[in-house]
Amino acid sequence: MLKISKSRLGELFDAVAAKQTLYIPTDREPGAAEYKKYESGMELTKELNTVRSAKDFFFPQTENLADFRIDGKNIEVRDIREECGDFVVFGVRACDARSFTILDKVFLCEPVDSFYKNRRDHGTVVTMACSRPAETCFCQTFGIDPTSPEGDAACFDDGESIFFKANTEKGQAFIDSIASLLEEGDTAKLDEVNAKTKEIMAKLPLAKLSTGNFGGDKLNEYFNSDKWAELSEACLGCGTCTFVCPTCQCYDIRDFNTGHGIKRFRCWDSCMYSDFTKMAHGNPRLTQLERFRQRFMHKLVYFPANNNGEFGCVGCGRCLAKCPISMNIVKVMKALEEK
Amino acid sequence: MQEAMIKRAKELLADGSVDRVIGWKRGEFAYDITPAVFTSAEELEHDFVFDDFTAANVSKYLVKETAKEGKILAFLKPCDTYSFNQLIKEHRIDREKVYVVGIPGGPKLDIEKIKAKGITGVLSVKNEDYTLKIETLYGEETMPFSEAVLDKCASCKSKKHVAYDELIGEDGDVLESNRFDMVEKLENMTAQERFDFWRGQLSKCIRCNACRNVCPACTCENCVFDNPKSGIDNKAAADSFEENMFHIIRAFHVAGRCTDCGECSRVCPQHIPLHLLNRKFIKDINELYGEYQAGADTTSRAPLTDYTKDDCEPSVVHERGVE
Amino acid sequence: MNNDTLIPKIGVVTDIRQDTPDVKTFRVVAPEGGKVFEHMPGQCAMLSMPGVGEAMFSITSSPTNKEFMEFSIKKCGCLTEWLHAMEVGQQITIRGPYGNAFPVEGDLKGKDLLFIAGGIGLAPLRSVINYVRDNRANYGDVQVIYGSRSKDDLVDYKEIIDEWMADPNIRVDLTIDNPQEGWDGHVGFVPNYVKELAPSTSKTVLVCGPPIMIKFTLAGLKELGFTETQVYTTMELRMKCGVGKCGRCNIGNKYVCKDGPVFRFDQLGELPDEY
Repeated sequence: MLKISKSRLGELFDAVAAKQTLYIPTDREPGAAEYKKYESGMELTKELNTVRSAKDFFFPQTENLADFRIDGKNIEVRDIREECGDFVVFGVRACDARSFTILDKVFLCEPVDSFYKNRRDHGTVVTMACSRPAETCFCQTFGIDPTSPEGDAACFDDGESIFFKANTEKGQAFIDSIASLLEEGDTAKLDEVNAKTKEIMAKLPLAKLSTGNFGGDKLNEYFNSDKWAELSEACLGCGTCTFVCPTCQCYDIRDFNTGHGIKRFRCWDSCMYSDFTKMAHGNPRLTQLERFRQRFMHKLVYFPANNNGEFGCVGCGRCLAKCPISMNIVKVMKALEEK
Repeated sequence: MQEAMIKRAKELLADGSVDRVIGWKRGEFAYDITPAVFTSAEELEHDFVFDDFTAANVSKYLVKETAKEGKILAFLKPCDTYSFNQLIKEHRIDREKVYVVGIPGGPKLDIEKIKAKGITGVLSVKNEDYTLKIETLYGEETMPFSEAVLDKCASCKSKKHVAYDELIGEDGDVLESNRFDMVEKLENMTAQERFDFWRGQLSKCIRCNACRNVCPACTCENCVFDNPKSGIDNKAAADSFEENMFHIIRAFHVAGRCTDCGECSRVCPQHIPLHLLNRKFIKDINELYGEYQAGADTTSRAPLTDYTKDDCEPSVVHERGVE
Repeated sequence: MNNDTLIPKIGVVTDIRQDTPDVKTFRVVAPEGGKVFEHMPGQCAMLSMPGVGEAMFSITSSPTNKEFMEFSIKKCGCLTEWLHAMEVGQQITIRGPYGNAFPVEGDLKGKDLLFIAGGIGLAPLRSVINYVRDNRANYGDVQVIYGSRSKDDLVDYKEIIDEWMADPNIRVDLTIDNPQEGWDGHVGFVPNYVKELAPSTSKTVLVCGPPIMIKFTLAGLKELGFTETQVYTTMELRMKCGVGKCGRCNIGNKYVCKDGPVFRFDQLGELPDEY
């Protein structure tokens, strides 16, 4: 397999960044990594994953949809879309890589969301295999192998070198573009690393968590469960879980008056917010119980019902780490399963 | 302590003094604790937890809980009792429906500080003589307790319970805290440095509203930022200054009412030191109107809602604004 | 780049009718004339005044009308207040069509049809009724039962009197909630009137109105011997995108904007009660 010594990773980043925009996960402060546009000298984080997921690259927190100019009774609609430049996101973990295929199911089904597709078409996802899963990880529950991540190209770290493998044509083109920096390397040590990671995977506290009891056929059984009241009792109704989640894709569309015209933008929204379904004449989800239930029913029942059994969760563990009251999908799954 | 609390809660449930108990419920790991309401001895024995990670301030939940029938036992740490008092003062909590048991405060631990040391795969955390023995997926680690203390506890203002019906353990005193040190540091910066500091911090905001929703001073039934009729409702920044506005407006709105419980910064997923905005107001109020601690009592008039002839003149803004 | 459904088109308001004290019907055409897009009865469109708001409205005109689209809109929020205040000639933005439609070319074909509407609930059904009138040979008996709070609250009253009631091929039964001077027709709530009229259970029913009226009408129909598979309705929930992506108008795993808004009651019955 082709590889590069870790000490030369900066050279590789420089080479990639010379041709297109490169984003890498880097430390913002101890314990908190985020994706940043690569600038020479920037170092790859040692954190397992970023605080925010990688969904921003394709589905940013806010984006402009259209501009309007109003002149008396007339309105001019301005299509402000432009072809986005090619970019590479490096170091995406297996869980986040899977989240893109989940987001694809939403945004690329008819009618295709051109804003999302534009970025998807121009982005190359280079993943990085995990070797140090955290206690909050449960990607294997969703059939994800963190030692063999998806994405256009996958990278593997054996401690000394980074190995590259193409998963798609785009990934192959990426590897070809840096081929002059790579050399053929022996994967014996990498195989050891992967075997060790798999041992850890089996020992993770959530290793036994299964989706066996969830899916589209559980609609009324779980919707009517009496567990929701207790589960949602302490929920603050904030959007932390939603916003750190790599698969949450609900959005709002708003207008902003700049003083010179109207910008219509979309932004992430959260089903946990009290106004999410509020209409001028009523709200079908009046209390936090209904809103909380919606979020988990969507991931565990509604999404698989509409997408051939695929769940709306990748087990990245961000909600486990970040919910201010430590309520999360794992606790919900375990509670719902209790008869 | 946990055993004593469970025992007392069971007694009070059994003799009918209270119908429910609000405290903390253990989670999947050593640290992921959820505020919870318990209604039976079995639930308490099975799930109730009080340890180094039970930092959450449960006083705000009492707004919702005291709107229900029956009486609730609330276990409040010293800092929580300040929030409780302030909520009483603002008529948000029905005092008659709460039986407050004062319990010792922190310092509590911050799992994120442990993880920031590179200690990951945390399976258990034990405090042995103020050294943390941390069992992880990758072997045992140790670190000093003091380095994993929550920021809000590291600058604790008081070990004294300002409201309770009974105490478990000894009461403490109001402390000489270092809580204004960072505010002073910010005050001593140039305007540009200070502006850069806050832009840097607030640009991290993902607008999840966790700070607002956890805040015991934020009990508006319909926040201006959620109300389409306010004209400033939003869910995301439409321009690069909006996150700043959200936090600054919120700080203004809780000024004089914020007890400095520190929950805003504790829950921020992006580690924005939001409490510093509130502390600036507290420090200014202390300096301009005389020492005042919100939540210290339930009857005194707050400086910003009270008029005295000694109040500072509006011109103070100009005097203090000079570089 | 291909067209994106989220980027709206311009519609010009060429006529505004005050139908009731709080309902106006707006006629919308493309700036170059003609309809902005084609639709089927029961489908909806997103109307917006940029800077004010955007919301989903059912298209009340029939697709058989080739010149314009119409929207009957009740004043109840920010955007609708703005729309009620605008004048003829105003441009608005419009995108769609969204959602499924009443199966006028499917299951409804050849059937005896019973339309039951309450208040502004006539708006989505008017599209179907006029479509059926224009394709009269394809359907059996047609009956319309329509009620409102008062005579003044009957939407499209002029069209009902002048056209529908004059049409020998359809039967129209009107009712108002309370007696009123100048009204010699039926007085009483729609669900009760339906029971009084006791329509034949051979009919396929399309019902739309306030939730409480739908609830009691459905119960009444069941008493009369109708089954849920015979009754269609159309739903309304908060929407933003119109294409099943923004995630808020779902009932269970169905998105009202995409899988609805038209549902048969047996289909609704399988979904959670959250609407």
